[in-house]
Amino acid sequence: MPASLTGKLRVWRYLLLRRAVQLGVLLLFLGTVRWGWEIAGKPLLSGNLSASELLGLIPLADPFAVLQILFTRHLPQAEVLTGAAIILLIYLILGGRSWCAWLCPINMVTDLAAWLRRRLGIADLFRLSRNIRYTVLALALLLSALTGVAAFEWISPISMLHRELIFAVGLGWTAVLGVFLFDLFILRNGWCGHLCPLGAFYALLGRLAQVRIRFDTPTCTHCGECARVCPEPQVMNLKAASASGMIASGECTNCGRCITICPEGTLQFDLRHYINTRQKTATSESRQRRAA
Amino acid sequence: MANMLSISRREFFTRVGQGAALAATGGLIWSYLLQQQARATPFAIRPPGARYEADFNARCIKCGQCVVACPYDTLTLASANAGIPIGTPYFIPRQTPCYMCTDIPCIAACPTGALDPALEDINQSRMGLAVIDIENCLSWQGLRCEICFRECPLQGQAITVEHHPRRLSKHAMFVPVVHSDACTGCGICEKACPTQQAAIRVLQADLVQGVIGDHYRLGWTSDTPISDEFNPAGSTAGSDSAATGLDYLNEMPP
Repeated sequence: MPASLTGKLRVWRYLLLRRAVQLGVLLLFLGTVRWGWEIAGKPLLSGNLSASELLGLIPLADPFAVLQILFTRHLPQAEVLTGAAIILLIYLILGGRSWCAWLCPINMVTDLAAWLRRRLGIADLFRLSRNIRYTVLALALLLSALTGVAAFEWISPISMLHRELIFAVGLGWTAVLGVFLFDLFILRNGWCGHLCPLGAFYALLGRLAQVRIRFDTPTCTHCGECARVCPEPQVMNLKAASASGMIASGECTNCGRCITICPEGTLQFDLRHYINTRQKTATSESRQRRAA
Repeated sequence: MANMLSISRREFFTRVGQGAALAATGGLIWSYLLQQQARATPFAIRPPGARYEADFNARCIKCGQCVVACPYDTLTLASANAGIPIGTPYFIPRQTPCYMCTDIPCIAACPTGALDPALEDINQSRMGLAVIDIENCLSWQGLRCEICFRECPLQGQAITVEHHPRRLSKHAMFVPVVHSDACTGCGICEKACPTQQAAIRVLQADLVQGVIGDHYRLGWTSDTPISDEFNPAGSTAGSDSAATGLDYLNEMPP
């Protein structure tokens, strides 16, 4: 960790950017809902992270919530379908689980729990498969079909938190406290890494994401620091990263911790297209070298 | 590495069974939570245009855009202890009623259609039905109140004042009566009622209303002529009547 302030800020740059985006978006919502922020007579950002409208013009909606509504065999209005399509497109480009690291308000809660857990040295109470969240995802859709309501939306601590922050609903803190205590005392990255079906949904989307973390094989010294700081260490498969030239797994949240921790600069944000072209040249070059 | 992949068949089925049991238990608890929330809904007074409860519950994405759109801050999102599905919009008429905006901004704001955009005339909305407690209504005790009648935006249609004779005085009582064919359930009456706890209040209509049944004939209603085609059940042509009882006063059995 550098001694100077600017040095520290460089190391923390992605963390600071992430918090700026998370808090900034919440502030836009809060301002519109509680303080009537508007531009040219149109509310700035009305609603919350489940569904909203930007400047009275652009609908935005949580695609997983809309999917659950579709599974209840109700076809919602075009406005929310458009909003979900727009968000889907944004995350197809930026990386599915970028939601988790850059927008989701629960991320601030679980990051705090993880940091406290590290500081206090609390060991895991038990281990859980990271694939349970996909079962929870399937269950959410199945229960939506069976009960006729959006099953995850009705119990989601994520929705409870942002509704609480933006609309001051009341008692929204209880579910959030549960997640915090679970992550702090019971299981490291418990909610985000093992249970959250929204993360699982975005992870499936993330397989097609355009913004990925490039892995530069020649510079990697296999020190393992990246895997140590990663909240989803199973994506740090260096062999697979070397072969594809990037962290390909959809479960990567694009949080950037590995980028700043790597002493060699092996990892960096890049676009899939450029990574693939670079990878092709690299493989053909190494083939030429071996042939020569 | 290869032998890590080969597990015994028994272990495989045990693992599958454990996973399924975990999913089933989790799913059962989850659906119990959902049913508990859904069962609470009869008491929620929803924004205008809200679809029938099952439809509304399915579609409402709990975004709060209707709350932002309401110029009177009537609507709130339900908290966990409100006895209503968490995060869904509702209002308490006694605190802030619906003021019946003609452009219905809440319906325009709803992105999923949980508030049905097919409702274009606010007077056609049915958020609930006003019910009068005649034991506690000032007018029904013999005083001259009529505040709900005067405040009602559908004065003379949703609430009318009727004269009832009074036993101990020559003066009549002027009592308010609610008519369900016009009452929108806006709650302006409930807000205006001067009693300590509102003697007129809005409840969901199907909690309050009965159905008289087609087999009753109200022969004295002014628009029903007594004739051979007498048919108060209301079928139009008159010949195919839904009520097939023997009209024994007019038709002797053969």
